[in-house]
Amino acid sequence: MRGEVQKPKVSPLYDPKVRSIFFQVALCLFIFWLFYEAYSNAVDNLRRAKIASGLGFWDSAAGFPISQSLIRYSEDPSVFGAAFSSYGRAFWVGLLNTLLVAGIGIVLATILGFSVGVARLSKNYLVAKIAYWYVEIVRNLPLLLQLLFWYNAVVKALPAVVDSLAFRQSIFLNNRGLFVPAPITGDTFWITGIVFWLGVLGALFYRSYAKKKQEKTGEQSPVLMMTLGLVFGLPFLVFALSGFPMTFEYPSATRFNIGGGISVQPEFLALLFGLVIYTAGFIAEAVRAGILAVSKGQTEAAMALGIKPKLTLNLVVIPQALRVIIPPLTSHYLNLTKNSSLAVFVGYPDLVNIFTGTVLNQTGQAIEVVAITMLVYLTISLTTSMFMNWYNTRKALVER
Amino acid sequence: MTDMTAPPPPSSRQPAPAAYIRHNAAEVLPPPMAVSGPMAWIRDNLISSPFNVAMTLLSAFLLYWIFVPLLSFGVFNAVWNGTDREACIITAARPTVGACWPFVFERFQYFVYGSYPVEERWRPTIFFVLLIISIVWVMRLTAPRRDIGMLFAFVFTPLVSWWLLSGGWGLRPVPTNLWGGILISMIVASVGIVFSLPFGILLALGRRSKMPIVKLFSVALIEFVRGVPFITVLFMASNMLPLFVPEQYAPDKLMRALIAAVIFASAYMAEVVRAGLQALPKGQYEGAMAMGLGYWQMMRLIILPQALKVTIPNIVNTYIGLFKDTTLVVVVGLFDFLKTIEASRIDPKWAAPTTSATGYLFAAIFYFICCYLMSRYAKATEERLAKADKR
Repeated sequence: MRGEVQKPKVSPLYDPKVRSIFFQVALCLFIFWLFYEAYSNAVDNLRRAKIASGLGFWDSAAGFPISQSLIRYSEDPSVFGAAFSSYGRAFWVGLLNTLLVAGIGIVLATILGFSVGVARLSKNYLVAKIAYWYVEIVRNLPLLLQLLFWYNAVVKALPAVVDSLAFRQSIFLNNRGLFVPAPITGDTFWITGIVFWLGVLGALFYRSYAKKKQEKTGEQSPVLMMTLGLVFGLPFLVFALSGFPMTFEYPSATRFNIGGGISVQPEFLALLFGLVIYTAGFIAEAVRAGILAVSKGQTEAAMALGIKPKLTLNLVVIPQALRVIIPPLTSHYLNLTKNSSLAVFVGYPDLVNIFTGTVLNQTGQAIEVVAITMLVYLTISLTTSMFMNWYNTRKALVER
Repeated sequence: MTDMTAPPPPSSRQPAPAAYIRHNAAEVLPPPMAVSGPMAWIRDNLISSPFNVAMTLLSAFLLYWIFVPLLSFGVFNAVWNGTDREACIITAARPTVGACWPFVFERFQYFVYGSYPVEERWRPTIFFVLLIISIVWVMRLTAPRRDIGMLFAFVFTPLVSWWLLSGGWGLRPVPTNLWGGILISMIVASVGIVFSLPFGILLALGRRSKMPIVKLFSVALIEFVRGVPFITVLFMASNMLPLFVPEQYAPDKLMRALIAAVIFASAYMAEVVRAGLQALPKGQYEGAMAMGLGYWQMMRLIILPQALKVTIPNIVNTYIGLFKDTTLVVVVGLFDFLKTIEASRIDPKWAAPTTSATGYLFAAIFYFICCYLMSRYAKATEERLAKADKR
């Protein structure tokens, strides 16, 4: 220490580096202590309550029925085999149900939210006011209240099976859910499927070709028409030529029961409705803010250049508005996914309902079950935000 | 117009002094359509184009379709007097029944206080009064001595309320499992609000700290809590927390919900505060450091007052979210406001076709008023701050 004359002598008590190291070590010790205490208490408490620990329960028989399942599952091991009736299987059923309602919900909420957001900026006074009050009411009421309302006061109040609301004797709506015809594909349907995917590929190629052509020569190509034709027209033609290889199984209603076709549970309907209507209110606000964030000068400049109003919207306003809209949109998508956990209140068998509800009650292994559930949501959240960040960087302003 | 631009007619007479001077009066034009007044407003806003007309008609239909049934349900067909379900069931004399308001009137006390002992209900009432005084004192800009108001709201009210509600020191103890209704909703929301602000500030500072370990833990906690649904945090608090503490210290249900609410709200508050900190120009930090202020002095005197000011609207919005989320504490087993309605609407005494809808309508009115007032406040603050910036 005697050799370093230049350095002013600071008591180590006031040296920021020493302080910072000391503080961080103390924090580490504190958190370590917290975890250690929690761990030792948990071991103690679990032993006293005679609760097993570890993931041993994953393969044991679940023994409870699940009302909606996208994959094979049965509470009775003799139906599909033991692997299809375990707690682990129930976990996947719940996870898929969560993803199903979240996926459909996100698509519908985006459509509704964008419409309402644009409607809020409408020049039509009535339309703008209705959109405004829609947003205010939906955002200022708890989601749980809205879900309970849709489930108990709307879906449950639908007519009984015997007087279902029927549309052409093929679509039925009653308090058991929504029943629509189920398509049954014929022997030669695979040709149509292949042609559809070829059409998608072809449309993608055509788009890049048209873009290159426009960059080279300035000529525009009918991209939209070609895409529609390739993706929908061509497969339909093949479908028709191969002799319409599809039949429908219609739901049939008897006096007390209804069966056949595709049935959509009332719980699913209520949850989807509630989530879509709630989230759309938030998306509408994000969309409105995004459109308002594009300065008027941009529109005026585009008009001064003689660009048509529709093209101005497509090429000038929307791309710039999207930049502002996408970050909040991401968080609303994530919120919808997380809010789908409120399924437990309407009885839709989502991840939280099956796993944190029934499985937790049956096994009593709270730590494992809650931790796994949280990890799942965390994974969904982190992957979604990673994807949206990637999309956002693609759309972001490229600055020199 | 045309005869002005047309070439002058060839005249055979002597040279006209000026052929372009017109000789006959111009056609009288109709007066311009009004550009102001109600008719013009209607023309501009409702029927400017065929599409607009269609939208107007659609909107009018929608309004009719919503308001007529709503009004007839809530007011015109509603039942206002009665003592039990007899008043609200469908009879031959009354084929359509609207809202069953006597159900709400009779259960009103239960909705507000839950099962809190009847003779002790003056205590929650004082709590509500203290709460309202705190809110008004802190939030009203023209209120006198708002610094004392902060102290009153964040120290005096919580302590006195806790003593009043739970009892002891001369008051009869009331166990928390009897609390319920709006009381519980307000307690969870207020505790979340009072505690999440300081914790959120600490987490936000931690996230922006130069110390890697502090930063790591702050980021991990914030992102973890924000990545999972509130309901799983509640499950964690209600199922895991009791395992993590020695048996004799196991928290009661209310405490579990409060812990979950505070953790959850703090993570969101941290991000809100962080946005405010980021919005401050670097010069503020540099200026404070140049003045020789230490870290905490800098934060307390220079950075946080400015950062918090610009985040007030977002803080209020977080509070709205928390207030709405208090409805989820029912998974812990608490009887919050919505749960008291759920419990009452299936009571056989009031079993009638419209009881549920009436209960939900009442809850909706309550939540809407609370949240809408808060969001109006946030909006007004935002506008005030924007105005101050423009100056």
